[in-house]
Amino acid sequence: MSLRRYHAPVWDQPLIMAQSVRGRRGQLFPTNGVGAPDVPPSLARKAPPALPEIAEPDVLRHYLRLSQETMGMLGISLFGTCTMKYNPRRGEQLANRPFVAGVHPDQPAETIQGLLEIVHRFDQMLRGLSGLDQFVFQAAGGADAAFTHACLTRAWHAARGEAGQRTEIITSIQSHPCNPATAATAGFEVITLPLGENGYPTLDALTAAVSERTAALMINNPDDMGVYNPEITEWVRVVKRAGGLVFYDHANFNGVMSKIRARDLGFDACMFMLHKTFGVSKGGGGPAVGAYGCTAELAPFLPGPIVVEDGGSYRLETPAASLGKVREYLGNLHQVVKAYAWARAMGADGIAEASDMSVILNNYMEKRLLQIRGVTRSHAGQPGYRLEMTRYSLETLHAETGVTAVDVQNRMADFGIDAMWLSHEPWIVPHPFTPEAGEAWSREDIDYWIDVLAHVVDEAYRDPELVRSAPHNQVVRKLADTSLDDPAVWATTWAAHQRKKAARDAAAARVAAE
Amino acid sequence: MVERAHPFMPNSAPPLKAALLAELGVKSAEELFDQIPAAHRFHGDLGQPPALASELELDRHLQALLRRNRPAAEAISFLGGGIWHHHVPAVVDEIVGRAEFLTPVWGTPSSDFGRNQAWFEFTSQLGALLELELVGLPVYSWGCAAGHALRMAVRMTGRRRVLVPAWMCPERRAVIDSYCRSATPDMAIVVDAVACRPGGALDPAALAAAIGPDVAAVYFENPAYLGSFEPAAAEIVALARGAGAEAIVGVDPSSLGICAPPGQYGADIAVGTLQPLGIHMHAGGGLGGFIASRDEVRYAAEYPTLLNSIAETVDGKLAFGLMLFHQCSYGSREEGKDWTGNSTYLWAVAAAAYMALLGPEGFRELGALIRHRTRQAAAALAPLAGLRLVAPDAAFKELVVDFAPSGRTVAEVNAALLERGIFGGLDLSRRIPALGQSALFSFTEMHDDAAIAALVQSLEEILS
Repeated sequence: MSLRRYHAPVWDQPLIMAQSVRGRRGQLFPTNGVGAPDVPPSLARKAPPALPEIAEPDVLRHYLRLSQETMGMLGISLFGTCTMKYNPRRGEQLANRPFVAGVHPDQPAETIQGLLEIVHRFDQMLRGLSGLDQFVFQAAGGADAAFTHACLTRAWHAARGEAGQRTEIITSIQSHPCNPATAATAGFEVITLPLGENGYPTLDALTAAVSERTAALMINNPDDMGVYNPEITEWVRVVKRAGGLVFYDHANFNGVMSKIRARDLGFDACMFMLHKTFGVSKGGGGPAVGAYGCTAELAPFLPGPIVVEDGGSYRLETPAASLGKVREYLGNLHQVVKAYAWARAMGADGIAEASDMSVILNNYMEKRLLQIRGVTRSHAGQPGYRLEMTRYSLETLHAETGVTAVDVQNRMADFGIDAMWLSHEPWIVPHPFTPEAGEAWSREDIDYWIDVLAHVVDEAYRDPELVRSAPHNQVVRKLADTSLDDPAVWATTWAAHQRKKAARDAAAARVAAE
Repeated sequence: MVERAHPFMPNSAPPLKAALLAELGVKSAEELFDQIPAAHRFHGDLGQPPALASELELDRHLQALLRRNRPAAEAISFLGGGIWHHHVPAVVDEIVGRAEFLTPVWGTPSSDFGRNQAWFEFTSQLGALLELELVGLPVYSWGCAAGHALRMAVRMTGRRRVLVPAWMCPERRAVIDSYCRSATPDMAIVVDAVACRPGGALDPAALAAAIGPDVAAVYFENPAYLGSFEPAAAEIVALARGAGAEAIVGVDPSSLGICAPPGQYGADIAVGTLQPLGIHMHAGGGLGGFIASRDEVRYAAEYPTLLNSIAETVDGKLAFGLMLFHQCSYGSREEGKDWTGNSTYLWAVAAAAYMALLGPEGFRELGALIRHRTRQAAAALAPLAGLRLVAPDAAFKELVVDFAPSGRTVAEVNAALLERGIFGGLDLSRRIPALGQSALFSFTEMHDDAAIAALVQSLEEILS
């Protein structure tokens, strides 16, 4: 296959703050009858905000150009764990219309029956996919759903008179960082289990970790290397026997949809990422939804309100022992509408097919990728088929050429392939990378992705500097190897940058003068 | 096996799927799942409704459901209290609908350059509105931002008690409480409520009595949840800092064209909502939060958010990169500062375009108009029998209307308003019982003379 003659658009747009021309306007508001603002004298704004003054069409073109300087899903993105799939445009369009976008969350329930019915129906559908009894959508992302579980765990044990006793949450080094991080935020101590040689922690390690202090287990399965822990039901038993709750982080649900259900494996609760598995647009990192589901036993502790069906109409109700809230209102309901649209378009057969397809494509990729020089697969002790992802290593390539996984990532972007995911910290596999094909990329796209990687690896052996200095066809070249952790340099705002740059320039001038 | 290819799955055409299976040397996909023990497998009914794989049928179904909604944005609505119907410029709608911003998750600093620039323009412009130089990438909401900021203050001061207004948005307060509780009791953050004056500004005497050497942070809002500007903002900040506490202010950015920014009165940390900055309500999905502070190491070192800094490429060109990445949960798991993850980053792009469209004059006009509408409504409502306005003079965007003189409940009044096609104010009797049968009516730039007149006339009829 010949590779694309791709080059990213380059507009060299000045920062919007640098485009200001005094007197220009981008929006007007009615001023008829509006006098001078009468704020209390102590609160009068002394200087107008240093915002740019720009006309409407110029703002539009500026951000259109910035959008063009973002490759996104126009290229091929197999960013592992994020399940980069198609976002059906009908759902996107409907969710932007006033009957969703114009709804205030505190409207009387009788005025949003359509929306509440969708929430209720989707809750029912997730119950079917998980076996659990109640779902809520308040959590504004997967990490927020993990936090929901940590808060629920806290409330659950407190209600049993074990507040202050059950203070430990167990997870594995292969869990997403949000599990230990949200557990710690909720005041739990985190016990992190290392992996055994099969790519998952040993049952012995778990058994040694549980005690009367165990509050919960927060675990993913399969993990983000495509490895399924076959002892998971025994894990559930061990933790429950010790009095802990078991939470299933279903971030990697795509490969096992319809194949397994959280309830059947014994889990008390799980989360689904609607912005990953259920076709909702990611927005570059949200708004997102971590749909949190649990058993009827745990349901009284859920964050409220929840949608309750009552003789064909829908109302909002706060669960009896609610943990409170993890975020205001019911959640990112426009995203729930999109997820519902996706799931309805797929149906049970389509969902099963998507799971099949994501695993087929991953294994197809694996077969071809492992033929590429310098590419190896993690965990030799786990030789079988992986599920929807496989963790690879470029350790050999690095040893033989000095080229790193990040270099390869940068060079692939020169051919219209966006960043492949590497791995969460810590890197337990050296020079890792983790593509995820999902079900929505064509075989031609997958082949192209592999061809690009093969080409870049070939370049790495022939001309490593070409790869190390990549990208060459992107909007900008790679970042200079200087730390952004220097307070004299870092700047999250233009004002900070200008101030610091002036200080540096002045210091340099002083040195030059001396 | 689906009989027809599914439109979302290019390889689902049976011959294409068969070819892939042949490549793998397997007869069916089933063989690829051999890692999963048979006893774990589910073979029952997934309980899904029938598929609507044709867009035509799907659209018909969804529209039939959604047309039953009566959105506030298409009615005369006075609902606010944390999320508001504001004007969303058409340009903002187009920008956030661009597939390049709408659909991706993460690329390289080079391939994400445009988005990173938009993010930097978001933080830079928000910083200009706030007069603060350090601004993080967004968090989920105002409440979440406040929760994180309080935790930052606790880490900075080593103290575990924080003060918040007694009459704050109950939704927001509930989120703060979730962020402050702990599974380990002596790690919990004690949240103490400070009494408020009518309209919601802090009672200075109550604050003076509550502050002490064990207080990590004083959190106040300007304007308050109940609408009042906080005229003593500078004094509150001075009192907090005098006690060695951090002064955290929650602000609504739509006020900042006319109201002093947090930087002007010396607040240490500012938090607030992105939603007024060009984002539709989306039934609650329009929320986004921000955290900002002075650009000092002491504060920067405690941010839980991702921080998008200006940077340079190898050839000296402008670029953007993440600073202090090691301190976020992606970098350090449970050792990181709280946590981060997917957030509301699309709304950062919306807010960047919105702030650029408004500019300094637009924000001044917007703030003046909201203040004008609030005062106009107060003046029109004041003469009505059966209601009493609470602290209307200092109100911005929100006005407390007490229906006690009428003997009616808010629920009754609102039901009668709804019959007339009007969404009345938030029922405070359920949210802040101390305020009795009061409602929080919100007025923004979306209300014209006719909307206010319709409210006045309807209330006149209902209360007479």
